[in-house]
Amino acid sequence: MSDDFILQTEDLTKEFAGFVAVSGVNLRVARGTIHALIGPNGAGKTTCFNLLTKFMSPSRGRIVYKGRDITPLPPAGVARLGLVRSFQISAVFPHLTVLENVRVALQRQRGSSFDFWRSKRVLDVFNERAMALIADVGLSSFAHWTAVELPYGRKRALEIATTLALDPEMLLLDEPMAGMGHEDIDRISALIKSVAAERTVLMVEHNLSVVANLSHRITVLTRGRVLAEGDYKTVSAHPLVREAYLGVGHA
Amino acid sequence: MQRVAKARGDLALRRHSEAIAFLVMTGLLVVAPTFAYPVFLMKALCFALFACAFNLLIGFVGLLSFGHALFFGWASYIAAHAAKVWGFPPELAILSGAATAAGLGAIVGALAIRRQGIYFAMITLALAQMMYFFAVQAPFTHGEDGIQAVPRGKLFGFIDLADQSNMYIMVLVIFLGCFLLIYRIINSPFGEVLKAIRENEPRAISLGYKSERYKLVAFVLSATFAGVAGATKALVFQLASLTDVDWPMSGEVILMTLVGGLGTLFGPVAGAFFMVTLENYLTTIGQWVFVVQGVIFVVCVLLFRRGIIGELAQVLRVKL
Repeated sequence: MSDDFILQTEDLTKEFAGFVAVSGVNLRVARGTIHALIGPNGAGKTTCFNLLTKFMSPSRGRIVYKGRDITPLPPAGVARLGLVRSFQISAVFPHLTVLENVRVALQRQRGSSFDFWRSKRVLDVFNERAMALIADVGLSSFAHWTAVELPYGRKRALEIATTLALDPEMLLLDEPMAGMGHEDIDRISALIKSVAAERTVLMVEHNLSVVANLSHRITVLTRGRVLAEGDYKTVSAHPLVREAYLGVGHA
Repeated sequence: MQRVAKARGDLALRRHSEAIAFLVMTGLLVVAPTFAYPVFLMKALCFALFACAFNLLIGFVGLLSFGHALFFGWASYIAAHAAKVWGFPPELAILSGAATAAGLGAIVGALAIRRQGIYFAMITLALAQMMYFFAVQAPFTHGEDGIQAVPRGKLFGFIDLADQSNMYIMVLVIFLGCFLLIYRIINSPFGEVLKAIRENEPRAISLGYKSERYKLVAFVLSATFAGVAGATKALVFQLASLTDVDWPMSGEVILMTLVGGLGTLFGPVAGAFFMVTLENYLTTIGQWVFVVQGVIFVVCVLLFRRGIIGELAQVLRVKL
């Protein structure tokens, strides 16, 4: 296995009773790229994400991250290696403030926080870094808002700031643009681009113009299998891809 | 100018609302024995601590335990046995009760936290009932009679707890100490992770937190405080009985917390005092007490979902 690929899977398969959600997927994500995973609804993209981050255990196959077999690790263990995911439904801590949301991620730097006898004031050292991350995603004026009060696009931005707080080597973004308006899409696109300068990003995304604009490489999934792989030009010209997308009403 | 000053004053009040409420509560509890019966107050304080311990789980981790009587009741048995049979001084009797509750909490917690929601509640209930039947059968608990005439002893060897006001001071100090400790737990780095887990467990895991370990530690802490409450109650009433270990006790602590305000700092205390007062005044109507409790529960769920303190905090727009 080459060092150029930060994340690889071999024969990754997930079977549910009588249904194969992901079937023999061999995925190779090159270090420092933005890699998109696309496909019609029910193609197994989110299941793939759940397998890669060990929120589900694969029925078969191996996952290798930075040359290390992470297949047996628990989800928190995967996150600790710097492979951090976001979620399809906006994953913020709704009743914490924006600042607290980001700070709880920064708090991971302390290792485990089982010190229940200490005041949370020890966490104030993270405030400055948290505010910087919040500024990066354009949320400075919302820092003391409760996350639940934020409009949808801002929640996604907060989620990205929280993910970045872990300083992950690789980000898995599950539909980062879902439900966003135009301005939000432009801002988050720019953000993902700047983030990817130093990291690897694997994302599931439905918005094909975002995919075309951002990603270096695209893998198309249908019915749990890899249908095509390549850059946007190659993939969009692929007859089977056109059929799969036109078949479910996308153009 | 005056308005600005007033607004600033308001802000200071808001920021320190919890400290102010704590001072008010402490002040009331210090003068309370002048107008209320000390045993009644001590009973309410024990239940208040029990409810605070329970609230630590439901309010700040989002875990509904339906078996907290297990820790409360067994700690009271062990404390009573230690004081009566082994001749332990009161401080050690309470500590042995708390240690027992912690140990039981570790076992029950390890088994239960693997499941969520109603399944979690059912496992805690099942294990608590198992230990209830053990209490019915075990010879040292004296079955229906319970452990009676438990000596209160001398605290640290020289403070005679047979004296009602000494006993009250000890119970008050235990309560306030544990209350502050719970406050610290909620407002510690550990507490921040707990709140994150309560808010969105998968997200907390995806940030690298091993949520089950945090939940287990919280469960053991909650069980331990419930144990301190139960052990103290055994010394107050000089009695440990099956009532404290049976499932209606688990239900009652849920009701107290709910009535007072789930997830608020002072809610469980208010809820416990409310319920204990109610029971005290309604003893004359016998079994109807349960009907009244049921009605309160329904009214609370329908109209005051935030509980007494929760609604109050909402009206005053402060944290309590």
